[in-house]
Amino acid sequence: MSQALLDIRQLSVSFGNGAGEEAFQAVREVSFAIHPGERFALVGESGSGKSVTALSVLRLVADARTQGRIFWNGENLLDKSERQMRGIRGADIAMIFQEPMTALNPLYPVGRQIVEAIELHEGLSRQAAGKRAVALLERTGIPDAGRKFHSYPHQLSGGQRQRAMIAMALACKPKLLLADEPTTALDVTIRAQIVDLLRDLQQEYGLAVMLITHDLNLVRSFATRVGVMEKGKLVECEDTERLFASPREPYTRMLIESRPRRSVTPTAADAPVLMRAQNVEVSFSRKRDDWRWWKKDSVAVVRKITLGLAEGETLGIVGESGSGKTTLAMALLGLQRMSGGDVEFQGERIAGLDKARLKALRAKVQVVFQDPYGSLSPRMTIAEIVGEGLALHQPELSVAERERQVAAALAEVGLEASILHRYPHEFSGGQRQRIAIARVLVLKPQVLILDEPTSALDVSIQQQVLELLAGLQRKYKLSYLFISHDLAVIRAMSHRILVLKDGQVVEEGETEALVAAPRHPYTQALFDAASLHGKLP
Amino acid sequence: MTPISLSPRRRAWQRFRRHRLGYWSLILFVGLFALSLCAELLCNDKPLVVRYQGQWYFPLVQTYPETVFGGDFPTPADYLDPFLRQRFAEPGNFALYPPNHYSFNTLNYFAPSPNPAPPSVENWLGTDDRGRDVLARLIYGFRLSVVFGLVLTVIGVVIGVITGALMGYFGGRFDLVSQRLIEIWSSMPELYLIIIFASIFDPSLWLLVVLLSAFGWMGLSDYVRAEFYRNRTLEYVRAARALGLGNRQIMGRHILPNSMTPVITFLPFRMSASILALTSLDFLGLGVPPTVPSLGELLAQGKGNLDAWWISLSTFAVLVITLLLLTFMGEALRDALDTRKADAP
Repeated sequence: MSQALLDIRQLSVSFGNGAGEEAFQAVREVSFAIHPGERFALVGESGSGKSVTALSVLRLVADARTQGRIFWNGENLLDKSERQMRGIRGADIAMIFQEPMTALNPLYPVGRQIVEAIELHEGLSRQAAGKRAVALLERTGIPDAGRKFHSYPHQLSGGQRQRAMIAMALACKPKLLLADEPTTALDVTIRAQIVDLLRDLQQEYGLAVMLITHDLNLVRSFATRVGVMEKGKLVECEDTERLFASPREPYTRMLIESRPRRSVTPTAADAPVLMRAQNVEVSFSRKRDDWRWWKKDSVAVVRKITLGLAEGETLGIVGESGSGKTTLAMALLGLQRMSGGDVEFQGERIAGLDKARLKALRAKVQVVFQDPYGSLSPRMTIAEIVGEGLALHQPELSVAERERQVAAALAEVGLEASILHRYPHEFSGGQRQRIAIARVLVLKPQVLILDEPTSALDVSIQQQVLELLAGLQRKYKLSYLFISHDLAVIRAMSHRILVLKDGQVVEEGETEALVAAPRHPYTQALFDAASLHGKLP
Repeated sequence: MTPISLSPRRRAWQRFRRHRLGYWSLILFVGLFALSLCAELLCNDKPLVVRYQGQWYFPLVQTYPETVFGGDFPTPADYLDPFLRQRFAEPGNFALYPPNHYSFNTLNYFAPSPNPAPPSVENWLGTDDRGRDVLARLIYGFRLSVVFGLVLTVIGVVIGVITGALMGYFGGRFDLVSQRLIEIWSSMPELYLIIIFASIFDPSLWLLVVLLSAFGWMGLSDYVRAEFYRNRTLEYVRAARALGLGNRQIMGRHILPNSMTPVITFLPFRMSASILALTSLDFLGLGVPPTVPSLGELLAQGKGNLDAWWISLSTFAVLVITLLLLTFMGEALRDALDTRKADAP
């Protein structure tokens, strides 16, 4: 091959000074090279140092000590002055970020932000730069680019914002594009479009792309070469085909195999239906934009949804962001006022219950949320968090008995009783999610509503939590309402699937039948985007 | 994971301790305040213990007429009277005086020099223009200022947290209406009200406490309201609701502990603001009656008697040190509660 475009040799990055604080090594002696026009992917779980590696190429890591050499066209970037680096950033090496909403300045129109980059690096006149910006926006697939040029970031959709970010990154014809999780914040159908766009642009401009991601699916369809990072070390660096065919390192194998495995226990044929919802509707009122400000519009978020949940069954609810999944869950829990319809639990209407009955119901129908960092109160110990529900619902228990039950629930989710008096900040995401599950399990519920329970977790931990949930279902005949945007997870966990779009059910059916032959075009698009072809392991 | 589990409060305390200046300010401030709480034992015109003709007397707790010690009148004994001192000096008798022989309102009728008198062995920081000992007035004044600041702060925090919590938690129309009421209330001219009330009623400390705390809670309630607004949408609150907890339990057990950061951070600054408010009102003559020892009244005397430098200089020093200590503590608290700072030992 020709001379490498970017050649990283023995790169180490550590945070914290040596005095007093212990230095944390984020990147340890990483070496790899990227050639012109290559699609390289850096894969790893959170905290593996992949983003830090990319940022230190641009020397954008604050308060870190960097050792090693980073050659750009044969010159060491670590020897450059800050002024020289500013000439390279954006012009030669461009970067796109995970969350385009925060990466774009909310106070400027997107067009102006692109023009700024062009003016700065190429010294073009404002008109010429503007023309080029419009052309770029058009090229990245933003409809009506001339008008969108003057739009502010919040006026664009998530996908359009990411396209605008890409246009901005390409504005000065860079030779290398660093893409840090460019699709993670986007919906699945849009994800595929952005990846396609990146690949097209890469070929058209002859770019080299370094893709940073945790999503192995994405890597397989995009990159030609893959580097796998674990705890700051580059453990394997191989051609994509060969890596997926015969992974050398156990860690790589674990990553590849940690795609969700189907683990569903068939329900008994005569299993009673625990929860039933009929024509559930939820709508919010919104202020009108026009002059009749005193009138309010009603916006339907959930429209006439009917569902039933049998004992021991998992009902998967799939939908993209804004499809009303979480609102539906809140309505089923009775935490969201419904504008129409009925929810029944064991034949009783939730709406008509008095206070005491509603409290009893709360113990039977429980919920686990997505964000394991936000769902545990940071100032309570684990014993307090898990024991709170018991203290409320079974106040007759003695302190010792309550503690015994809390410890039992923790053991059930695979945690030791020694953590009882610790605080949430000491635990990892997966452990926190286990604690959140223990909190609801201690009440011995019959129905669990799982709102994206694994979306914030790394793939390897995701699989562990899914196995835990499946095991608990087998043991206690729990019913799950499993809400997710991730089709692979839904497919692995559910007996039946409900596909939601704009608050309506577009398709419903047994999992395997639905995956094999989706009828509705939206479902087809969803499954195509997630590339769920073939059987699960 | 760390071997020992520390609560967030413990970790904040450790961060506070690592802030040397703030930590020592706290120790010094608490020490000075504790000393000033024992002011009666330090600065008093009555002896702590008297032994007179084979009997023990405790003038601090009981008032004795002069006749007990061989005087002529049944009036309360003046222990600064040279006649009494002479009796106590007789063999077999003795009187144990506090280090400073003057209380904040003691007038020494037997003083050798005209008032205000410069510092001397008898009056360590001199006397004011009525012949009262400056050191005694400073110590009692410091105690009064700090207690006043504490009371005002506690009342302000309680009212501010309750109103802010209710507005932030329930939101909606309740929030809208209470916010407007607060705006109306806060646009009342505070100083005029105090002047008006000071002329209607007899000026007293409690009047000041009521008036100042009627207006002092609003700034804090805004912060608490914002914190509650933010926290009530977080998932742990939703999880608590799903568990079936009531509003009061959610507010008290879940949101309040997570919303206390601005409250605690502002405590020292609120205290120093309260002390300053009392001092300035006293300086203007709108505050407490002149018999009450107060730093503001001493400052006014210092301004009236510029040549008596010991009055203004010592009062100024006490004020500056008090406010400075409080500010240092406030800075340390702010750092301690900033969770973005590293926790490394």
